[in-house]
Amino acid sequence: MFGVTGDLARKKLMPAVYDLANRGLLPPGFSFVGYGRREWDDEAFADYMLEAVKENARTTFRPEVWRQLAEGVRFVSGAFDSDEGFETLGATLRELDESQGTEGNHAFYLSIPPVGFDQVIEQLNKHGLVDKTKTTPWNRVVIEKPFGHDLASAQELERKVSSVFNSDSVFRIDHYLGKETVQNMLALRFANQLFEPMWNRNYVSHVQITMAEDIGIGGRAGYYDGIGAARDVIQNHLLQLLALVGMEEPASFEAGNLRAEKEKLLAAARAPRNLKSHTARGQYTAGWAGGQKVKGYLEEDGIAPDSQTETYAAFRVDIDNRRWAGVPFYLRAAKRMPRRVTEIALMMRPAPHLPFQMSDTEQLGANALVLRIQPNEGITLRFGAKVPATPMEIRDVSMDFDYGTSFAESSPEAYERLILDVLLGDPPLFPQHREVELSWMILDPILDYWADKVNQPEPYVAGTWGPPSATAMMERDGFVWRRP
Amino acid sequence: MITTLKDTTSAQIQNAITKARQSVGAASGMVFTLLAIPAADEYDDVFDACVEAGREHPSRIIIATDGSTRTERLDAELHIGDEIPGEVIALKFHGELMHHKTSAMLPLLLPDSPVIAWWPSAAPVSVSEDRIGQLAVRRITDAMGCADPLATLLARAEHLAPGDTDLTWTRLTPWRAMLASALDHHQGTVLSGRVTAAENNAAGLLMAAWLRSRLHVPVEFDADGGPGVTGVTLTTAEGDISVQRPDGKMAEFTAPRTPPRSIALRRRDISALLTEELRRLDTDAVFLESMAWLASDVRPEGATP
Repeated sequence: MFGVTGDLARKKLMPAVYDLANRGLLPPGFSFVGYGRREWDDEAFADYMLEAVKENARTTFRPEVWRQLAEGVRFVSGAFDSDEGFETLGATLRELDESQGTEGNHAFYLSIPPVGFDQVIEQLNKHGLVDKTKTTPWNRVVIEKPFGHDLASAQELERKVSSVFNSDSVFRIDHYLGKETVQNMLALRFANQLFEPMWNRNYVSHVQITMAEDIGIGGRAGYYDGIGAARDVIQNHLLQLLALVGMEEPASFEAGNLRAEKEKLLAAARAPRNLKSHTARGQYTAGWAGGQKVKGYLEEDGIAPDSQTETYAAFRVDIDNRRWAGVPFYLRAAKRMPRRVTEIALMMRPAPHLPFQMSDTEQLGANALVLRIQPNEGITLRFGAKVPATPMEIRDVSMDFDYGTSFAESSPEAYERLILDVLLGDPPLFPQHREVELSWMILDPILDYWADKVNQPEPYVAGTWGPPSATAMMERDGFVWRRP
Repeated sequence: MITTLKDTTSAQIQNAITKARQSVGAASGMVFTLLAIPAADEYDDVFDACVEAGREHPSRIIIATDGSTRTERLDAELHIGDEIPGEVIALKFHGELMHHKTSAMLPLLLPDSPVIAWWPSAAPVSVSEDRIGQLAVRRITDAMGCADPLATLLARAEHLAPGDTDLTWTRLTPWRAMLASALDHHQGTVLSGRVTAAENNAAGLLMAAWLRSRLHVPVEFDADGGPGVTGVTLTTAEGDISVQRPDGKMAEFTAPRTPPRSIALRRRDISALLTEELRRLDTDAVFLESMAWLASDVRPEGATP
């Protein structure tokens, strides 16, 4: 793993490795090699990893599991451009192949900023650590978002990665979208008769896909500034959700079939024609959020006082196919929202006729089916019901289904599934380059439009649901944002 | 199940709710969020009233009170399960946070469902412009819970906005229902009316304003000893239609060509009023109109001493 000292490695990846070991899911002889500039020996690195595990692992800590895992823990000290470092890495891997019996099967996890990708991939190639021509033993590479910052850079990245690795060996990790969630969505859509008949333009008036975070950028200034909400999460996460919710039924859940359907949907999706009317961007300002006083984006450490990076991005996506023509999909992603929530809401058309008095149904909103992704993953169905003890007063009520309470077994953390899938070579839910490129094709016109504007993104007070232009954008189409 | 959180944030409260829900195992199915903003010494009564109202309207109830000025933090107490329908979140705001209550409330509002704010006693002059009031589609005040109910109700009338209601009006519902049905049975035109109530009784004056606004005839207001509204008389050519409730419990109903009848017309407690008020969340146009009449009518006529 490259980037072992990063936040993600410490908080999620290394603890996930331990959790897998603890649950007995790692293959025997599993070894974990850290590569970085620190002057650590194996033992110092193991101590560092132990601390991360104890602090962040999901399962209980058992010394015997750790002792066994620690036998395969190594550290190689070196920079990304150090030939010596990569030679040592090669030697270490060969030593482990012998001593631990890993038999030359290696996965390279690049938990590093995209600027480092080139160098590392190049070095892996140069020092003979990977051989594209062989499928056994396998060599896989895991890269994290962002997969480029626009279409051109994504293609460039793909060119480099594919020059060294087979496309089946490249695992693009979008850490927000756990396999469990995807499978839950597939089950809901394709295992039931109830939903499919209304899953189209005849019944759905529009779809809202939201990813709200209550935190600010925290210590991620270096990563976030210049990237912004659209590139950070819409390009990968929200457009993946859009693909899953909008696609046709795949012939099977085999990787290729699933991917084909997602690609078809993404190819039919496009940015709105009127970018001025149907996009909105914002930047949070200082305020009180969730009962705490918080800084504005421009006052965060490491952010230039004139930064034009958006922390709120919302826009409309139109899908030109038979199922969805005329049904706008609204995507929004933002930081410093009132609460943390990711959800997909299918908002239904109003009933064709209401045989009630106007005042009876004044409180009745649109029926909705909400797929809650996090927290508290589940499904909410919203419909009208009569208020008890009134002659005929109708109000919205909701029916909630929680995966968490309905199945006692807690679902594995997204990262455990991801790491396991990489080891098993099971790629169905990892987007391949075609999907990434199609996503950029949707996003690029919007990003270009925003880049041309010289003004600041519209301010919104931290802890509120975004700037006025986002509200206006919905109003123009006759809708309102759900309060998720 | 009661969970206490000291020095907390909305996000931690949200997590605690999720955890509590999972251990209690109840599905939510709540229909709206009720924000109650009582004075500190009313907390217990308000808590009980909200829980009682929650039996008919399972809801997330957020009770916000002010704490000490010497420290700055947010404390929360969650009541979930047991005898509680829905959820009760009691928030105590200390220090500077008292002025930023909405920052902690906004994240806790139930998704995409109505929000109702209720001030059991003192309330901002213009609740629709208040920050908490702006979170809500329906704002409920209670002039009768204030030191000077009439002055409070008149001030309300001046700043009234669609979505505002006052429990003073809710207290009149059974009276209004009875009078309306009496008039349905007696077709004769009403010539004049008379309302008797305790001196300065806001509900009595509002009743008089309502009758004036609907019937367009002179309606007198006479003060007597109370309690509350003691009687309404509508004079028609055929005789008087009258409801008299001298003791605040049983009323006697008389009308032309019908024998006098006794009717239970007990003064209701707060939880009953709140429960009724929460049944309809759309704007009450009749209330707005009556309040307008109260504001324009009562003072020039000098019905109050």
